[in-house]
Amino acid sequence: MSGATTETVDLETRQQAGDVPRPVVALVGNPNTGKTTLFNALTGLRQHTGNYPGVTVEKTVGVMRLDDGPMPAVELHDLPGTYSLAARSPDEIVVADVLLGQQRGSRLPDAVLVVVDAANLERNLFLVTQVIECGRPVVVALNMIDLAESRGVQIDAPALGEQLGCAVVPIVASKRRGLAELKAAVAAAVGDAVPREPAPIPLPEPVEAAIRSLQSFFSRRMEQLTRPVHRVEAMRVLIDRGGQAERRMLDIFGAELAEQLATLRASLASADVQLVVVEPETRYGRIGLIAERCIRRDDAEPRVTLSDRLDALLIHPASGSLIFLLLMAVVFQSIFVWARPLMDLIGVGQSALGGWIAGWPWLGEGAIKSLLVDGVIAGVGAVVVFVPQIVILFGFIAVLEDCGYMSRAAFLMDRLLSRCGLSGRSFVPMLSSFACAVPGIMAARVIENRRDRLTTILVAPLMSCSARLPVYVLLIGAIVVPQDRHWLGGTVSLAGLTLLAMYLLGIVVAVPVAWLLKRTLLRGPTPPFVMEMPTFKWPSLRVVGFRMYDRGKAFLVRAGTIIFAVTIVVWGLLYYPHPASIAAKYDQQKEAAAQTLAGDALADEQTRLDHEMQGDYLRQSALGRTGRFIAPAVAPLGWDWKIASAALASFPAREIVVSTMGVIYNLGSDTDEHSPELGATMKAQVHAEGSLAGQKVYTPLVAVGIMVFFALCAQCASTLAIIKRETASWRWPAFTFVYMTVLAYLATLAVYQGGRLLGLG
Amino acid sequence: MTLDQLQVGQSARVVGYLNDDEALLQRILEMGVNRGITVKLVRVAPLGDPLEVSLRGYQLSVRRSEAKLIQVEPA
Repeated sequence: MSGATTETVDLETRQQAGDVPRPVVALVGNPNTGKTTLFNALTGLRQHTGNYPGVTVEKTVGVMRLDDGPMPAVELHDLPGTYSLAARSPDEIVVADVLLGQQRGSRLPDAVLVVVDAANLERNLFLVTQVIECGRPVVVALNMIDLAESRGVQIDAPALGEQLGCAVVPIVASKRRGLAELKAAVAAAVGDAVPREPAPIPLPEPVEAAIRSLQSFFSRRMEQLTRPVHRVEAMRVLIDRGGQAERRMLDIFGAELAEQLATLRASLASADVQLVVVEPETRYGRIGLIAERCIRRDDAEPRVTLSDRLDALLIHPASGSLIFLLLMAVVFQSIFVWARPLMDLIGVGQSALGGWIAGWPWLGEGAIKSLLVDGVIAGVGAVVVFVPQIVILFGFIAVLEDCGYMSRAAFLMDRLLSRCGLSGRSFVPMLSSFACAVPGIMAARVIENRRDRLTTILVAPLMSCSARLPVYVLLIGAIVVPQDRHWLGGTVSLAGLTLLAMYLLGIVVAVPVAWLLKRTLLRGPTPPFVMEMPTFKWPSLRVVGFRMYDRGKAFLVRAGTIIFAVTIVVWGLLYYPHPASIAAKYDQQKEAAAQTLAGDALADEQTRLDHEMQGDYLRQSALGRTGRFIAPAVAPLGWDWKIASAALASFPAREIVVSTMGVIYNLGSDTDEHSPELGATMKAQVHAEGSLAGQKVYTPLVAVGIMVFFALCAQCASTLAIIKRETASWRWPAFTFVYMTVLAYLATLAVYQGGRLLGLG
Repeated sequence: MTLDQLQVGQSARVVGYLNDDEALLQRILEMGVNRGITVKLVRVAPLGDPLEVSLRGYQLSVRRSEAKLIQVEPA
């Protein structure tokens, strides 16, 4: 006994040291089977995410400790939820590739754990029968067995295991029931030294003959392949016409294979075999026999469950739409209101930290202090401040998803969104983007179709996020609507309507952009909206809490590192060159003032000189020079070089424009959008030179133009970084940046020049 | 008739498929909408599309264009 323990410990030490690779167990299952809940329950927080090379599929790997047996721990790979191994896109083929051991960045699994929804066994068994044929030892986790039993469905697990030829373990993942038994079954499967001879469900003989003939076609050309072709892969090449397995093989063998496939399919068609029909019908035929032997239903009449009654209410044309609107209003409001105190707290903490560091006497007044306070702390703070919104939003999404409401929302919205080439599944990401495009883009993962997902990701940043709000508030308050008007007892105001119009602008522009994208770059067949409507259930606190933690962390780590780096670059561009001669000039003036003035007058004069000095530094900083350089390009927008510089500086994060304007107009950089001084100063600005000399810089028309620019422009490094992460390529963030910036420029041009033609200038 | 022509609450048996869109048909078949199975139109979304049908003890949402591929015979 002690000998075995020592051995286990030794093996564990060697596994951790990486001497002995941990066995790999792949986790697969249909969507909505509680696969992620089970993954979290089995691995705890010992997990990390990445991407499979070349595809946009997230690779989540965790360590699962096995309680007994010779194997201390295995690596558990959580694969994307799928209903079938038939792959229509590069992302969908990852599951089959991992199971057959031919996915780059993944080892052939030592065992496969399939999660099934016990209450919906027949449909789940379709995937199970496909997975078993891949030839790896399989363990079936019969999840939500309690729910099935409460609905009068009795499953004979041992008999089911016998029918399938693998271990079947009833569990309740959300209550952590049956996990020990499941781990024991996985340990046994991993230790299964006898090579498996899977007994596939035989398809009609002509189809089997065609599969064999394809397999021999491939084995005769082994020199062009790096691996033997499994029966499952040959079957997919034959059956999924136009699918991913076929496309990949055609890339290698070209016309020779195309001819072979055409011949095989033609002979099957003449034998009256419909290829796409025959596989599901054969499998479900067999599943029907298995179900007859292993499933017992208590009552013949299906009961009207609470879930059915909820659905009657939630998808009812009147009450459903009303509840939907109310729910979205609550989500929206909470992102603004509930996050506010936390965001303020972070802001206070950030200022305090900055002030404290600025007070370090040995830091001096030079570049290091500026880098730490204005660069590092301000930059990191600008990211951290969004964490409360992201965590709250993902809490809501997790609750709505886990209880099953998200599928209903997609069901309600599908018609509306499909008009512009999106689908019901795009709804949540778009809504989330009103808080912040970063969680919105992350939420687009629920969209299985790659083109739909990309379209959603590319238009999501057009929704007016909370970072645009400071810009809108500043300009509307100071310039566009200086004297607000109220109607209906103060519930409707002109300023409020203007703000609403800015929010609507993003939506109105997103519709044609999505429509165009789906007809040009992302053209392709309409993906099916065949979607399961899962039964309503109570959301699991554990799942919701984990999602909030996980998303908050992912946001901080990934986007945080990039925006941090970019902020330092912008700080550098605003700070350098930093000649001492300017400071020397102002020191002289300050000394002169000290001799003629005293008391408050002296302090005021010194503050004025400090601000003017900052302005001078800005004018000849790299960014200030660039602003003056591009001034001719933005002159048609009615902008001067100062607006150009502020707009340039806000490309990493659009809310930076407010503090940059503050620096530019010599007010010191601790300005916020409610500062009446900044608004008043901006209002008082006149053009110093050029054809507009003497006229006001900020007319309402110019201000509206600036707001339109900020509404449409891709001024957010975090968004671009997250697009890069989610699409696994620099191409899409580059595309987003270019299309949004061009769109913003043209729209602003149209507003300003159009407005002048109408005599509004 | 086809699945999209059922009345809300009406049940029918699947009797065949229209192979207009192979990839789409395959996806529907994989979800268990097979010949001999009884399907019931549970409800229609407020804007008239998609449809919610129940079969094999679970609920499935399909667009009208997809439901057109499934031939049914009312029970």
